[in-house]
Amino acid sequence: MAQAAEQSAEAPAILSEVRPASLPRAELVGHGRSFSWITAKICGIAEEKTPAWWWWCFGVACVIASFTAGGLTYLVATGVGVWGHRSPTNWAWPIVNFVFWIGIGHAGTLISAILCLLRQKWRTSINRSAEAMTIFAVVCAGIFPVFHLGRIWYSWFLFPLPNSNEIWQNYRSPLEWDVFAVSTYGTVSVLFWYVGMIPDLATMRDRFASVGKLLRAKIYGVFAMGWRGSSRHWSNYEMAYLILAGISTPLVLSVHTIVSFDFAVSMLPGWHTTIFPPYFVAGAIFSGFGMVLTLVLPLRAVYKLEDLVTQYHIDCMCKITLATGSMVGYAYAMEFFIAWYGANPFEGFTFINRAFGPYAWAYWIMVTCNVVTPQFFWFRKVRECTWLVWVLSLFVNCGMWFERFVIIVTSLARDFLPSSWGYFSPTVVDIFTFFGTFGVFSVLFLLFIRFCPIMAVAELKAVTPQANPHAGHAPAEESAHG
Amino acid sequence: MAEKPYGLIATFDDTGALLRAAQRVRDAGYRDWDCISPFPIHGLDKAMGLPRSRVPRFSLAGGITGFCTGMTMIWYMDKFDYALTVGGKPFFSPLFAFPVSYELTILFTAFATIGGMFFVNRLPRHHHPVLNYEHMRRGTDDLFFVVIERRDPRYDAANTRELLEQAGGRDIAELEG
Repeated sequence: MAQAAEQSAEAPAILSEVRPASLPRAELVGHGRSFSWITAKICGIAEEKTPAWWWWCFGVACVIASFTAGGLTYLVATGVGVWGHRSPTNWAWPIVNFVFWIGIGHAGTLISAILCLLRQKWRTSINRSAEAMTIFAVVCAGIFPVFHLGRIWYSWFLFPLPNSNEIWQNYRSPLEWDVFAVSTYGTVSVLFWYVGMIPDLATMRDRFASVGKLLRAKIYGVFAMGWRGSSRHWSNYEMAYLILAGISTPLVLSVHTIVSFDFAVSMLPGWHTTIFPPYFVAGAIFSGFGMVLTLVLPLRAVYKLEDLVTQYHIDCMCKITLATGSMVGYAYAMEFFIAWYGANPFEGFTFINRAFGPYAWAYWIMVTCNVVTPQFFWFRKVRECTWLVWVLSLFVNCGMWFERFVIIVTSLARDFLPSSWGYFSPTVVDIFTFFGTFGVFSVLFLLFIRFCPIMAVAELKAVTPQANPHAGHAPAEESAHG
Repeated sequence: MAEKPYGLIATFDDTGALLRAAQRVRDAGYRDWDCISPFPIHGLDKAMGLPRSRVPRFSLAGGITGFCTGMTMIWYMDKFDYALTVGGKPFFSPLFAFPVSYELTILFTAFATIGGMFFVNRLPRHHHPVLNYEHMRRGTDDLFFVVIERRDPRYDAANTRELLEQAGGRDIAELEG
């Protein structure tokens, strides 16, 4: 007791000498840029005359996209046999590509929804383009399962619409759950993206009106829904945005969970594992951040957006890539451990076969890209070297495609019965169709850059220091707490 | 100026000035008034004395509707209307009906939230007296405004103008109705 009393008596004397370290918060907008600078910078991108590089990129992207168009036309005209999947590998590239593209979309929703709930303010400069990426990735993903059906004119059978056979969908199948998960995901992503864009569309409407471009002002005005920045509207708007973020969070987690159910609910060794849902979600976010880096870094360089996408933003994205990449690495190790610990000979064989069988090349590409690549992000020097980050992000994209390939193809190619084993090789139609989806994605993304505000202008203004209404009353240090 | 103006508008240059002006207008007892800002300002709801948004009610209704729709739809299709044996599984179970119902919960909540937000805000409305104000184009860029409507019972052209002046507003003007 006496000791305690002594301590408490001493405490104030010590405390008065203690100077808590002041950790300055990283600037979210560099060089203390003003509101009007932010408006002019972002809106200016969509307002300026279309630059020559845009036309070149658009042209190349259209040519690449035509590979998908050609591949799909040939497929519909001929039959799914033009793709390389044969028994026993009846799910191959189309499903690999589907999971790959859906996974990429997940970072967009993570940035816009989960980071919004966690009040990570750095999301504001990348959320718009990441959400656009989500939508375009879902578009690319959606192509594959629909065309995998073969007779695409029956694809409406996926949805609960009455048909002439009067048979309904089988809701006991995860494949039907997937239809709902992916279509809900696509729809909600579009809604979230659009609602976030309304105030910025109003800004563009007003800017076009003030320079006398009335037709453009009308078009943007229609989409801006007559937004006028009323505080009563902002109050409801912020609530709606928060709820959308709140429901998008379980949505994004559920989508890749349900995608993983497509595999996990089956009885195939290598697929039938409980680790799949969290493992797929971590992988999806990992691949998505890879794609965000791939897209945002060139945008930042081309449009000189260093004050809006600062080094701090790149650091944050690299660290999330590192964290999710390590989770994926842990999942690979844990899968192996459980295959051994579970003592199921078929399961054990599948994993040995993945790492050392005929697809070992794919497995080790996957491990190198997904487990080794992100470890470079531990180093500040690497994170500060923009071109290197960009190159590493390409490895992440590549590795995550191989992950899906390894999971899907190796498990199917060698299952229970050695007499029915096979080796899958893609056909040129497979390759062209997949290659072309990068063109489809790029075409959509380039159109987005030309016509939409590529960053959330209103949200960016709200995270600047001058947006804080209490800043004028207190010294800068104290107001940081308020 | 028109015979019957919509109200008075005052311009403010920064968020702090707008917040203090909002507190004064609130304390003066006005009801039909509004602030205009290019982005949501932290603490302005309170300064204006706004009640909590009603949007969540729409969201909740949407979510419940979505979940019930999912469950009912699956029960109706797979058990009631055309029961089909697949893999010896039950015709209906809330367990396998859950993922689809879950997705529909989210889908319906999203639509209800956005629809509710537009309904509560009375949007889209492309013609509003505030939008006709000549400097309003900077209201989505970098300026802040307070608008007090004429229909407010406390509205009085001279007194209201004085209040806005005292609150630090500049370029006080009448809005055409």
